[in-house]
Amino acid sequence: MARNPSSDAPNSATATAEPAPAFGGLTITQKRTIWAWAFLAIPVLFYVVIRFYPTANAMVLSFQEWNLLGERTWAGLDNYQVLFSDPVFWQVFRNTFMYLLLGTPISLVLAFIVAYHLDQVRFMHGTIRALYFVPFMTSAVAMAWVWRWFYQDVPIGLFNNALATIGIPQIDFLDSTTNALPSILAPAIWAGLGFQIIIFMAGLRAIPRSFYEAAKIDGVSTWTVLWEITLPLLRPTIVFVVVLSSIGFLRIFDHVFNMTTANPGGPLNATKPLVLMIYQTAFDSFDMGYAAAQTVVLFVILLVVSLIQLRLLKDR
Amino acid sequence: MTTTTDDLTIRASSEALLKAPTPPKRRNTAQFIRWVLLFGGGILMVMPLAYMISTSMKWPWEVYEIGLIPEEPTLENYTYVLADGRFFGWFINSTVIAAITTISALFFDSLVGYTLCKFKFRGRYIVFIAILSTLMIPTEMLVIPWYMMSQSLGWLDTYWGIMFPGLMTAFGVFLMKQFFETVPDDFLEAARIDGLNEFQIWWQVAMPMVRPALAALAIFIFLGNWTAFLWPLIVTTSPDLYTLPVGLSSFGDEADVAWELIMTGAAISTLPTLVFFLIFQRFIIRGVVMAGLKG
Repeated sequence: MARNPSSDAPNSATATAEPAPAFGGLTITQKRTIWAWAFLAIPVLFYVVIRFYPTANAMVLSFQEWNLLGERTWAGLDNYQVLFSDPVFWQVFRNTFMYLLLGTPISLVLAFIVAYHLDQVRFMHGTIRALYFVPFMTSAVAMAWVWRWFYQDVPIGLFNNALATIGIPQIDFLDSTTNALPSILAPAIWAGLGFQIIIFMAGLRAIPRSFYEAAKIDGVSTWTVLWEITLPLLRPTIVFVVVLSSIGFLRIFDHVFNMTTANPGGPLNATKPLVLMIYQTAFDSFDMGYAAAQTVVLFVILLVVSLIQLRLLKDR
Repeated sequence: MTTTTDDLTIRASSEALLKAPTPPKRRNTAQFIRWVLLFGGGILMVMPLAYMISTSMKWPWEVYEIGLIPEEPTLENYTYVLADGRFFGWFINSTVIAAITTISALFFDSLVGYTLCKFKFRGRYIVFIAILSTLMIPTEMLVIPWYMMSQSLGWLDTYWGIMFPGLMTAFGVFLMKQFFETVPDDFLEAARIDGLNEFQIWWQVAMPMVRPALAALAIFIFLGNWTAFLWPLIVTTSPDLYTLPVGLSSFGDEADVAWELIMTGAAISTLPTLVFFLIFQRFIIRGVVMAGLKG
């Protein structure tokens, strides 16, 4: 590397630069600005071409009619009108919110209970923590197969076999319109629990010990400490976990697609979430404009749900 | 209790977890019940994985037995599945794709994070907000335009087509920007006086100082790409190019499922990440905490 004598002299660190051969009389600030944009050039191009342009494209496409082969023709609000008058969409909408409204509270409470107690356990702490965390490291597709096998009828499925040995009649897990959605939700909750536990434990450890010591001196009960100290101080962590897990459940796809493969989203659309509907509209029916309109609806739902949660949980 | 690996793990796992004081002494029975329930819950959590591995080592006639321990454990299923060639190819695809995207994302995310943190120039706030705002856009909204783009550029059914959306991540930029805040400007100034150019300062001085953050980010990105499903499913059509999740999913169309072979396939796509976890446990836990607290 060639040293540049004029700009490297210690006293040139002041902004009054002397003429330098390489950059022809630029100040240090100007040179650094050039460096900064050189570093940012490729990433900025990437974000414009791979993120912003496609976003705009999806929004425009949602007002158009296109089947991948012919012309993109303007359709105005047709796609949205068709969508909102489609009974399947409302079923899908209900399902999507069922995943959210069951999944988030259940996983939140379970994760908190485990984290709260695990925080106070010393013996084999790391091992127990690892046991809870390991499912987070798995691929949803592989685990969908494992759980699918568990849910099969006798003599194949593990759960029904276990029920049979204690004399309980077999349960139709995946082929029943009432059982299928919770059956798919269970592995989704199972897989994400470890992550939430770790986040909660970090949040618990970040609470200053002095609060607990003060409470102890005052002789306050464990429950009061939990409600008056731990949970209020844990609010930022709770907000984070709730927002992240809601977004996850609203975007559920891998588990549903892989556990109902023969009839994705079935039986009778009872398990179909919005992302699966988008996938089928776009890549089975090639109705790209209609699918784009559905993605815009998903985008709006995610935005609204996150904003409501941040509002409700933060300013109280 | 003497110093065990558990203790070491706790100690190293994160700044927040480091501050763990010795918990107050409690009545021993209550503490014991708490421990047993927690441990039992943990065992329940890994049961699906235990059954997956156990079934992958069973002979076909034993598959529907509830027992966890195979009577005559065998690796026959693994030999069969790997000899078939498809799984091996998918394994290679997944590994290569996850490795390349991880390297690219680490490089660019930290370069951008560093630039936005350590350079003062007009427009940097706009660039930061613009990149961050992409976190609000769900991938599902982008896959349709990406597909159209790939189709017109001939990227469908290529490695490049699977990889291009993941070459940079906004989350990584945000995480790295946070961590570069902890690098003192004095070090960079000293390097500048020593005559290093800006790229060298970033690469040789700043990067080594944020190694823990890089390790955490690398694990997240690699795992994310290894288990990615929706986009690889959309962009690939020829079985040769499937990644492990897409390949595994493709068996769903087959009428007759050989469960012991499916469990072997599931194990092949899960065991590497589990082994990885056991080796790098403390980094991974710390990474989760970092990402959680910073994100």
